[in-house]
Amino acid sequence: MNLLAHLPALQIVVPLVAAPICAVLFNPRIAQPFAVLVSLVTFAISVGLLNEVLAEGEIVYHMGGWEPPWGIAYVIDPLNALLLCLVSGMAAIVMPAVRLGIGAETTERSRRLFLSLALLALTGMLGIVITGDAFNLYVFLEISSLSSYALIATGNDRRAAPAAFNYLIQGTVGATFILIGIGLLYMMTGTLNMADLAVRIVDLRHTAPIQAALAFILVGAAVKAALFPAHAWMPNAYTYAPSMVSAFFGATATKVGAYIMIRFIFTVFGAEWVFGDMMIGWILVPLGIAAAFAGSLVAIWQTDLKRMLAYSSVAQVGYISAAIGLGNRDGLIAAIVHVFNHGLMKGALFMVMACVILRLGRADITSFRGLGRRMPVTMGCFVVAGLSMIGVPLTVGFVSKWYLVLGAIEAGVWPVAVLVIMSSLLSVIYIGRVIEVAYFAPAPDDARIQEAPALLLVPTLLLTVLCITFGIATDTTVGVAAYAVQFLLGGLP
Amino acid sequence: MIMAPLPASWLPLVAIALPMACVPLILLARRFPDVREGITMAGASLLIVVVALLAFALSLGPVAPLAVTGPIADLPLTMRVEPLGMLFALVAGFLWLITSIYAVGYMRAHHEKNQTRFYVFFAIAIGATMGIAFAGDLLTLFIFYEILTISTFPLVTHAQNDEARRAGRLYLGILMGTSIGLFLLAIVITYAVAGTLDFRPGGILQDKVQPALAGLLLALYVFGIAKAAVMPMHRWLPAAMVAPTPVSALLHAVAVVKAGAFSVLKITTFIFGFDLLAGLTATGLLQAVAAFTVIAASLVALTKDNLKARLAYSTISQLSYIVLAALIADPAAFLGGGFHIATHAFGKITLFFCAGAILVAAHKTRISELDGMGRVMPFTFAAFLIGSFSLIGLPPMGGLWSKWLMIQGAFNTQHWILIGVFAVSTLLNIAYLLPIPFRAFFRPLPDGASSGVREAPLPCLAAMAVTIMGCLALFFLPDPVIAFLSRALSLSGAFP
Amino acid sequence: MSEALAFLMAHANTWAATALLCIGLWVVMVRGNLIKKVIGLNIFQTGVFLFYISMGYIIGGTAPIVEEGADAVYSNPLPHVLILTAIVVSVATTSLALALIVRIRESYGTTEEDDVIASDEA
Repeated sequence: MNLLAHLPALQIVVPLVAAPICAVLFNPRIAQPFAVLVSLVTFAISVGLLNEVLAEGEIVYHMGGWEPPWGIAYVIDPLNALLLCLVSGMAAIVMPAVRLGIGAETTERSRRLFLSLALLALTGMLGIVITGDAFNLYVFLEISSLSSYALIATGNDRRAAPAAFNYLIQGTVGATFILIGIGLLYMMTGTLNMADLAVRIVDLRHTAPIQAALAFILVGAAVKAALFPAHAWMPNAYTYAPSMVSAFFGATATKVGAYIMIRFIFTVFGAEWVFGDMMIGWILVPLGIAAAFAGSLVAIWQTDLKRMLAYSSVAQVGYISAAIGLGNRDGLIAAIVHVFNHGLMKGALFMVMACVILRLGRADITSFRGLGRRMPVTMGCFVVAGLSMIGVPLTVGFVSKWYLVLGAIEAGVWPVAVLVIMSSLLSVIYIGRVIEVAYFAPAPDDARIQEAPALLLVPTLLLTVLCITFGIATDTTVGVAAYAVQFLLGGLP
Repeated sequence: MIMAPLPASWLPLVAIALPMACVPLILLARRFPDVREGITMAGASLLIVVVALLAFALSLGPVAPLAVTGPIADLPLTMRVEPLGMLFALVAGFLWLITSIYAVGYMRAHHEKNQTRFYVFFAIAIGATMGIAFAGDLLTLFIFYEILTISTFPLVTHAQNDEARRAGRLYLGILMGTSIGLFLLAIVITYAVAGTLDFRPGGILQDKVQPALAGLLLALYVFGIAKAAVMPMHRWLPAAMVAPTPVSALLHAVAVVKAGAFSVLKITTFIFGFDLLAGLTATGLLQAVAAFTVIAASLVALTKDNLKARLAYSTISQLSYIVLAALIADPAAFLGGGFHIATHAFGKITLFFCAGAILVAAHKTRISELDGMGRVMPFTFAAFLIGSFSLIGLPPMGGLWSKWLMIQGAFNTQHWILIGVFAVSTLLNIAYLLPIPFRAFFRPLPDGASSGVREAPLPCLAAMAVTIMGCLALFFLPDPVIAFLSRALSLSGAFP
Repeated sequence: MSEALAFLMAHANTWAATALLCIGLWVVMVRGNLIKKVIGLNIFQTGVFLFYISMGYIIGGTAPIVEEGADAVYSNPLPHVLILTAIVVSVATTSLALALIVRIRESYGTTEEDDVIASDEA
């Protein structure tokens, strides 16, 4: 049996099988290295898939050898190959540090369950991204969601439980909306395979159920992506979750929601209809801009910096939504690139928070006093990732902003270009004030404050370096995104 | 992916990398101040050699551009050596060495903390300046412009006290806000309409844009490049004066502010082109803004008692000369503006060196405290007088020629009012600069006020001597510089 | 009148499903008691189950078991299989939600959302 030919299946099967094994491993000391190993293997598979896609184009894999429409097909094009790399890469980066980043109280037994849940969440997100079957997407969505509710609830703060509960309610409603949409699609077309759907939908677009399906799926995906005003679950969830959970989900979860949006709009429904007759651009762009302003403005006033980062994510998802809504080539490149880039920088920033919380027990703005001296590497990472958030050239943030503004200008919507840039200036304020406190305020006399341990510091540094690397050498990000756009837009401009 | 037909085309990269390469060495030598400063000196000396070699290569013939793949797929980062940028690089590179010499004396005499950090970010700032000088397209220029902003922030806030924090807010807020909010927007729009961002003689926007959009773009550029400190974007410069004096001297009289003025000059000439510029209504409006800045900043300077603040407002006024020259859209004014980058650099850095020397030796920052100080620090105040002459435009100082050329440009294009502006501002220059040395020389010393005050440390005095020589040299030898600069306008030459 | 009635009757299942969706969503949004929210969520999801199950039903169709020689009309089994998965998911969601409520009750001593919020603000 040629193992390489089954890479798409292994991508899912490896973490899926590993999750229960992790939960029942007799020696909890083995569970951690085991989970690290699994996430590394998963990441290696993702990179292998990306390479294969770039070399040979789209991969269609029939699960269990069943041909669609009976069986489930995994379809990997450049878009989801890039996202697979982001999700599994973040898991591989975060997993080794889990021991330090989930709070001191967790016993070894519960840590093993924690790892098992994390692997399940990873499986779910990878599944959403890799599958070419609409209902399968829903199933994976629920796998990732259920495990993430549980993961968030493991936070030390008692407010973690209500936060997770709220997320559960809103997330389930969102997912059920997607389920309704998929049902309507199946009712009209008789298929669940996305490629078949795309073909059969063309003649049915005028019917009400198809239009309703579009609405249900977009709303559901918007909840998952935390697109303003459906973002209410996110700030609390990310604030009270354990640091590592915030880092992993902050970098990936909302991105997967955005992916669902992109996949359904461009692959299933067809961009020219969605943006032409349905005028979805007129919803996504204003909402995106509103999110960018609302998120950034609220972020400025937060004293808890994890919450600040969560609101900053609301703003960043706004950019992604606006970029999708532009409906042209540069806009779509901006959306895909920003999904990836924002994952890197938000991951780095949440990792910084993990470092600070480990040393100080909290991450509110006053605890950052004098950290520039006490934790120079950690704060250095914050500065670089923060600059990236602002969109300074040679960082990843600049690249996505460039394509977004260019896309807006090419779409002829000048105010959008201006508003995007204006809102990004707000990030100067909320990043700047942290830097001010860290470097200008005197440090309290506290012996605990010293540089974070290497186990946390190395992943943080790695993500920060990637923020710069992919800000200079953009072949992998913009190159792949441009290639992905060819698949998504077909012959469109 | 690098295309390099000629070795000389690599030199700009070397010029950028050299100061950056000093950074790890400075960090390694942080425990040995002598070695650390020796590295800075060696780096600065080497940079002068590299830049001089490049100037020599350019004087022989065009230097092939160098392109490197950058963050945006269709826009390679290019390095293109042309006379205007060459002159800027020469000035900045040369003055880095002089300022380093001065800084050794100043920083040690003033017992500044965190000197390693100071030298590190100083080197990065110089590298970024080189990048701006040799940038072959707007994106490259913008990238180095931002690096310059960020690398100078720790220098401005060096003291890390509340005043520095406030200044830092203003500094970063204005420079970053305008560069991302206006400058970047203008660049993206330019790219969207012109399809390129290369600096080309005659501009790239000709026939590509409606006059209204072109006017809007011009305004975005002039205000977006806040480093040129056109009002109302000027507030960061006085705020930046909380920095140690060597920073104010090299960065906020030469490298950073000239990077702004240089960018404006480069954009008006090589993005818009004189023909397009001359036909725009917006040009006239922006000329009025720049002219207002020239006069208003001079008037504000008159009211300032703090010596560095007065010099800062003087810089704002002088920068708008260059912006004005850029907006006049005439070859003579272009030459004048370019030349003014050099003459103002030498003149103003001398004045800042003097201000720093007074601070270090006599611990005085206010002009009203300087009565009679000329007797105890004769050399310093003599240098101040000479520097003032250059700024005012009196012979035998280089400042004469740059002002002359700018006025000639205004004359050629029949901007009579602007000639009046130049004249009035010259009078104002006299009014706010000359009283300072006169007060020092002719007023009596207050009783017992300055016992024990001596001249500043030797490195400071040596640095002043060199910059005075520079002012003189620019007066006696303007022709080679102007001839060199004018090749920037001769079409094919520097632009293959 | 009769036409309208016929239209209503022809889509009776859909109407019922829609009604359940609306009621469920309303309960989730309006009720402050966490357990009632979970109940609302269940009603909401039940609406979707009904919708899927009705979709696969064909008038006069029998269970899709192939019999030799019989020329029967079969109901579409696929939506039923799909919704079986969704029901499992729903059960899991409900149990997790209840577990969370237990946790909230332990640390806050209440299952009312308002009290939880007030307790945190205090």
